[in-house]
Amino acid sequence: MKFLRNFLDQQEKHFVKGGKFEPYYPVYEAIDTFLFTSGKVTQRDSHVRDALDLKRMMMTVVVALLPAVYMALYNTGLQANLALAKLGLAGVEGWRGSILSALGVGLNPASICDNIIHGTLYFLPAYIVTIAVGGFWEAIFATVRKHEINEGFLVTSLLFPLILPPNMPFWQMALGISFGVVIGKEIFGGVGMNILNPALTGRAFLFFAYPAQISGDAVWVAVDGFSRATPLAQFADPTMTIGVSWYDAFMGLIPGSMGETSALACLIGAFVLVVSGIGSWRIMLSVLVGMVALSSLLNVIGSESNPMFQMTPAWHFVLGGFAFGAIFMATDPVSAAMTESGKFVYGLLIGCLVVLVRVINPAFPEGMMLAILFGNAFAPIIDKIFIKRNIKRRLLRNA
Amino acid sequence: MSKYRKVIADPIFHNNPIALQILGICSALAVTTKLETAAVMSLAVIAVTAFSNLAVSIIRNHIPSSIRILVEMTIIASLVIIADQIIKAYAYDISKQLSIFVGLIITNCIVMGRAEAFALKNPPLVSFLDGIGNGVGYSLILLLVGFFRELLGSGKVFGISVLALNTEGGWYVPNGLFLLSPSAFFLIGFIIWALRAWYPEQVERD
Repeated sequence: MKFLRNFLDQQEKHFVKGGKFEPYYPVYEAIDTFLFTSGKVTQRDSHVRDALDLKRMMMTVVVALLPAVYMALYNTGLQANLALAKLGLAGVEGWRGSILSALGVGLNPASICDNIIHGTLYFLPAYIVTIAVGGFWEAIFATVRKHEINEGFLVTSLLFPLILPPNMPFWQMALGISFGVVIGKEIFGGVGMNILNPALTGRAFLFFAYPAQISGDAVWVAVDGFSRATPLAQFADPTMTIGVSWYDAFMGLIPGSMGETSALACLIGAFVLVVSGIGSWRIMLSVLVGMVALSSLLNVIGSESNPMFQMTPAWHFVLGGFAFGAIFMATDPVSAAMTESGKFVYGLLIGCLVVLVRVINPAFPEGMMLAILFGNAFAPIIDKIFIKRNIKRRLLRNA
Repeated sequence: MSKYRKVIADPIFHNNPIALQILGICSALAVTTKLETAAVMSLAVIAVTAFSNLAVSIIRNHIPSSIRILVEMTIIASLVIIADQIIKAYAYDISKQLSIFVGLIITNCIVMGRAEAFALKNPPLVSFLDGIGNGVGYSLILLLVGFFRELLGSGKVFGISVLALNTEGGWYVPNGLFLLSPSAFFLIGFIIWALRAWYPEQVERD
């Protein structure tokens, strides 16, 4: 550690004003503060000093995401191993197969260790691609705009691979995160200025640009040529039966985007976020209420041609990206509504929309991504209405 | 001479009708999935803007101010009908793809805007050139957007395969987003971004 600190201190002179690499100061600063606590201390009085800075806040979100990450590792491997067993294949093709056989790891779906290692070979490269490409754009914008590289990207880069199917080509992931970071965030002025959630913007780009790799039946299990519909697609198709139990779906043992399948892991994350006060419980609760209300209403109305009407709120909760989106995506403090009462409206809007897209729109079996992006777009208007109302009320009170 | 050059050149980069005045966005979204339709649309708009400017300018001293919009609309509508008929006669396939958008040139704010803002106050020749300049400024953005949408969305330029598609044994996976209208918004946004980085005086201060 001492060595690292000395090394960084020695390099600092090249990056400060007048040094050789002055334009690259943000890169140096990012590495320095990532490894060590910032040496900068507020000198004057008049500042609120709080242990909760942006860096700690983002790290808490990362910690809250860890259960979902572990489930992503385990479940991606489990689904792949199950598919291999079903197809009667003994080995995996390509570089992943070489690594697995070099490590001497089996493909037994009953072995937790085998599953996690196999899943890691899918999640880790996706994560590395996301960090490398997204980080590249962050560094470029930070250098040009002469500000520090922001920790917000740590969360975006972890969320992004979690909401992708396991077998997405790397170049598509790279394009997606580029779009998410540049169009979703940087053109609005960087962290804190974005209207939309960057990770979801990137996913929406991929969803519309390359639908073959991010929707349909063939992409959700990381084995080529193995087609298995997600339970949401099974619900939508009257000729199919639901192939999973509610318990499996709650635990996350179903095919789907890597990190989204487990409602349990998301709930653990929700607990961390709510207890630490970082995620808004108002948003999580109102998304849930909106979903339960509208889906119960549709249950009562019923439909003879559309089996999705019969999907109960409990199923809506555990399938697709609902839990993950409500807990980690909708609560993004930048793109969500800011006013406390506005948060309820914002959450209800998302909760109702996700059911509307899932049930009423036959083109999209899943609607969480679109619902949250829509909610993001409306958040400033919702805030404006509540702020105006508040001003009016206070004027009346003091008139 | 420099005055004439200025009215032609100005609307291309310094005062682009789409990128700076943000006019004519609707057709820029609708007809740019293919470069061919974008090119035909561009020619039609250049012709209509130029000749409507010319006609309005010739009779500018005889139009009563109270009905000038009506007169301008009549002139523009007649020109649009002529343009539409010519396209139908000589490029029937393209006219079918353009469908109502040639007819909708009449609602294109650029045409009306130039007639109101320029032709009513300036002599015929310079008005005519102003119409051409603005039409070219519009066309430039349309062609740029159309080029990228066709290239990235279907791997072609003017209908000729440039990037070999993976469905036909090539390497390029077409990007479906570029066949949808929102991509034109992104592309126009990028063009505006580039223009304003190039000419910082175009950035609005608030």
